[in-house]
Amino acid sequence: MSDTEYQRLKDLPVRHILGTGTPMCAGCGGLATLHQVCDILGEKCVIVNAAGCMTLLSVYPSTPFRGSWLYTAMASAPAGAQGVRDALDILKKKGQLRPEEELEVVVLGGDGSANGMGLSATSGAMDRKLDFLYLCYDNEGYGNTGQQYSAATPHAARTATSKGSPGYPGYKKDLFSIWAAHRPSYVATVVAADPLDLARKIERARGLSGPRLILALSPCPTGWDYEPSATMEIGKLAVQTGIWPLKEYVDGRVTHTKIPRSRLPVREYLKTQGRFSHLFTPQENNEIIREIQDRIDRYWQDVE
Amino acid sequence: MKRRLLTGNGAAAWGARLARIDYLPAFPITPQTEIIETISNWIDAREMECRMVTLESEHSMLTAAGSSAVTGVRVFTATSSQGLLYGAEMLYTVAGWRVPLVLVNVSRGLSSPITLEPDHNDVLAMRDCGFLQIHCATCQEVLDNLLIAYRLAEHPTVRLPVLVNLDGFYLSFTREPVQIPSQADADRFLPPFDAGTIRFRGGEPLSEGVAVLDGSTYSYFRYQAHLASLQGFAVYEELGREFGDLFGRAYSALECYRSDNAEIVFVMIGCFATKAKEAVDRLREAGEKVGLLRPRLLRPFPTAALRKALTGKKGVAVIDQNLSPGKGGILLGELASVLYGIPEAPPVLASFIGGLGGRDISSEEFFEIHKVVQKAVATGVTPEPQLLYTEEELRALRKMQSVARAVRSNQGGEI
Repeated sequence: MSDTEYQRLKDLPVRHILGTGTPMCAGCGGLATLHQVCDILGEKCVIVNAAGCMTLLSVYPSTPFRGSWLYTAMASAPAGAQGVRDALDILKKKGQLRPEEELEVVVLGGDGSANGMGLSATSGAMDRKLDFLYLCYDNEGYGNTGQQYSAATPHAARTATSKGSPGYPGYKKDLFSIWAAHRPSYVATVVAADPLDLARKIERARGLSGPRLILALSPCPTGWDYEPSATMEIGKLAVQTGIWPLKEYVDGRVTHTKIPRSRLPVREYLKTQGRFSHLFTPQENNEIIREIQDRIDRYWQDVE
Repeated sequence: MKRRLLTGNGAAAWGARLARIDYLPAFPITPQTEIIETISNWIDAREMECRMVTLESEHSMLTAAGSSAVTGVRVFTATSSQGLLYGAEMLYTVAGWRVPLVLVNVSRGLSSPITLEPDHNDVLAMRDCGFLQIHCATCQEVLDNLLIAYRLAEHPTVRLPVLVNLDGFYLSFTREPVQIPSQADADRFLPPFDAGTIRFRGGEPLSEGVAVLDGSTYSYFRYQAHLASLQGFAVYEELGREFGDLFGRAYSALECYRSDNAEIVFVMIGCFATKAKEAVDRLREAGEKVGLLRPRLLRPFPTAALRKALTGKKGVAVIDQNLSPGKGGILLGELASVLYGIPEAPPVLASFIGGLGGRDISSEEFFEIHKVVQKAVATGVTPEPQLLYTEEELRALRKMQSVARAVRSNQGGEI
């Protein structure tokens, strides 16, 4: 990371370009991520949005963005990016797009779209080596509709559609590896609670062309059931317990950008959120907590 | 200008080529595929400058079509049937973006049962999506209307996407002599696309497809699209005349064939109308006062023109090549809404459903339809809607079923 503009926290941009006063929930981890991403990417972006919480950012007649915005649909934002990118390239070839009119095409979508309905369009965009950046705010459920479980919901989490005592019976889909299997230009996980790591990854992604994913764990006070003020703390715990590995994929290799030296027990992360409270009260469900811990330990054993 | 034998698909491809399209997001589907293959071959042979991208679905194809058009290039795309419905969400969406792209739909019946052969349920299912709809009956009309469609879509008072429809097989795969305008003449009619201020550029922020939070704002935009679509009628009439002046083939939103002094009128859309014309000629020879009306524009619906053309007629036979189960013909409802309550509306409005899934409508059937309407005019009683199906067809179907049963029985299966 010696080649980065962002060596220390004080190197991060001081000017913030995403407007405030949006209808996002207080403490939204996704919005915190978007703020940081916009600061690094700058104004010359067109955000191609998939249906999700962030759809409510641009509500007629206002927008918090200084760049452009196109709301498409839940399933096809990457195809929307394809059309914009191709059109810009056509205009450039015809001499009808000046260099200063060039735009970075950014897909913005939640985990529901990215892991489910939009996966076919995403895979297609990667097949075609589309030059675009995909920012996925992963709040681990269909947040905008009240946190029903999605394919990105972690094991045992209580959601609006997994309210029973075992919680969500499935396991979080590995979107990072699904992307990496397509051999794109770049894949990275981030969390707003580590802004330096995030900034470096956006900086790196910006310098590349082709398909690039930024997968952002986005703690969600309303969906995960915790106080809005705890968003950053929970994000840090996700990294420190190892449940959210910070990593990147470049040129066929996965590198972990932050390896927690002594991982905290995952229970420290789980107990901060109401969606896991059934694992602790009325009595502890050690079996499930153990299983979650074992999976994390196995993951890091493979890494180390 | 040169004259050549072209299929309907070939004519559509030529129309797109002469329109100098910049971008073709594509996805193969029968019976449309020949269009994108033809253009792809031209691109490979450097006869045409256009970027073509095959998406992974029609939903994505239509998304890319809309997003490229909103970025400011001239876009063409094509589909059929299941593909049109698969992309349905985006048809509504991109119409709301007010992008002037042109989509060709090659009509084909919808599943299920799954079929490759034509009827109009696919395109009529998209009747309300906000695209203007031009329905063609000949290969020449397909080519010419592609050029008109771009002028219409890009017209500042319209600025809506346009769907040009042709029937699968009967038109898509049938060769007819087609006049191909020279590129210079096509350019004279259709200048390059000017996106104006609706385009994505660095330094010129634009938000498209934004959310609204209340019914009043929603209604405002929906009404705007509706009013813009209604403008399309006069614009199409004007463009059709201008096209006629330049190329000798004028078009109007409503084709009226021998209908001026007719007492009974057939009303239908699409290429089977050419068969109806033939029947009209034969009936005229026999002294019957009969004519044909064929809306070329289905959206905007040529309401005023239809009222004018049908005022004082004694009977109307609406021939629907579609079926809304539980209701009947879709065009019938459109016609009834246009005619109800106007002075001297035809007292008989009879409904005939036929030509589903590629089933032919024979001359005899047109004669029979005429006879039924004539009788209704005499008695003053409009008949129940009729589903065209012959005894011979039913016998053939029963035979097919009994053969299948016999084979099964021979193999020791239960019947």
